Amino acid sequence: MPAHVVHPRTYLVVFAALIALTVLTVGLDLLVREDLVNLGAVQHPLALAIAAAKASLVILFFMHLWQARPVVRLVAVGSVLWLAILLAYTLTDYLSRTWLHVAGY
Amino acid sequence: MTSVEPGLLAHHFEDLDQQHAAASLGMWIFLGTELMVFSGLFLAYAVYRTLYPDAFAAGSNQLNVWYGGVNTLVLLTSSLTMALAVHAAQIGRQRDLVLYLVLTAALGTAFLVIKGFEYHEDYEQRLVPRLAFDDEEWRANSPEIERRPPERLQASNPHEAQMFPERVQLFFMCYYIMTGLHALHLIIGIVILVIQAVLAGRGWFPPAYYAPVEIAGLYWHFVDVVWIFLLPLLYLIGGHAVG
Repeated sequence: MPAHVVHPRTYLVVFAALIALTVLTVGLDLLVREDLVNLGAVQHPLALAIAAAKASLVILFFMHLWQARPVVRLVAVGSVLWLAILLAYTLTDYLSRTWLHVAGY
Repeated sequence: MTSVEPGLLAHHFEDLDQQHAAASLGMWIFLGTELMVFSGLFLAYAVYRTLYPDAFAAGSNQLNVWYGGVNTLVLLTSSLTMALAVHAAQIGRQRDLVLYLVLTAALGTAFLVIKGFEYHEDYEQRLVPRLAFDDEEWRANSPEIERRPPERLQASNPHEAQMFPERVQLFFMCYYIMTGLHALHLIIGIVILVIQAVLAGRGWFPPAYYAPVEIAGLYWHFVDVVWIFLLPLLYLIGGHAVG
C-alpha cells in the first residue's frame, strides 16, 4: 500500500546505525584475534546478536515492515518462526545424541 | 485513486492500492520461500559447526575478514540507495529514481568484483576443497594433536586428528556454496535493477505505479539480510580459538 512515505532522514539514521554495528562486530573480531580483548563465551552469541540487530533494522525500516499491514507482518514473523523451528529441532537432535549413547556419538 | 492512467490497473484488481498491496504481499511470501532455500544451507552449517567447532574456527581464521567487512559496508550502502530509490519513486522524482537504481546496481557489482578478488586469493592460499587444498598441512596443525598429550591421544580417538582436514573442507564447502548462492541472487538482483533503471528513465514508474521498484527493493534488502548473517557465521568465528 503506497501510503507511508518515510523521510530519507530515517534511512540515513538507520544506515549510520548499520555501519556502526558493522564496525563494532568486525572491530571486536580483530581485537580478539590480536588477544587485546577476551570475550570468552560471549564472543559468538554477541556477533550473532549484532547481526540480528542489523537485520532487524534493515527489515523494519528499509523493508518498511514497521508500517506494514498485519498480513505482511504475519508472513515475516511466520517465516522467522519456521526457521527457528527448523534450527531448534534439528540441533536438539544432534546435541542430545551423546546423552543417549546413540551409536557413533 | 479516482483517475487512473489506462493500462496501469490490471483488470482483476479493484484499485491501484489493492494492486500495490498484492504485489507487496506476493514478494514478501516469495522472500519467505527464499529464506527456506538459504535455511537449508544455514542448517547444514549449524549442524557441522556444532559437531566440528575447532575445524570451523580454523577454517574461518583463514578467511580475510577485511574482504567480508568491506563487502558488508558496500551492501549496506546499496540498501540505503535502494530505499532512497523507492522514496524517489514515491514522490515522483524520476531522475533521482534512475540515479539511485543505477547506484544500487553499481554497488552490487562492486560487491561481486570484490568477491571475485577474494575467491582468487582463497585459491592462491589453497583453501579450495579438492581443487587446491593441503590435507597434510591441515592434519599436522590439527588442534587435537596440540591439545592432547601423546599418551591420551592413543586412548582417545586418533581418528579425530585424521578427520580434521576433511572437516575444515566442510567449512570451506559451506563458505563457497553459501556465498556462491548469495552471489547468484545478487546477479539476478542487479539485472532486475538495471532493467528497471532503463524503464524508469522512460517514465514507467510514476507515483501511482511504483510497486515494481518497491518489490525489487524488498528482494534486494533480503539479499542484504542474508549477507548480514553470512558475515559473522563465516568470517568471525575464529578469534584465538585455534593457534
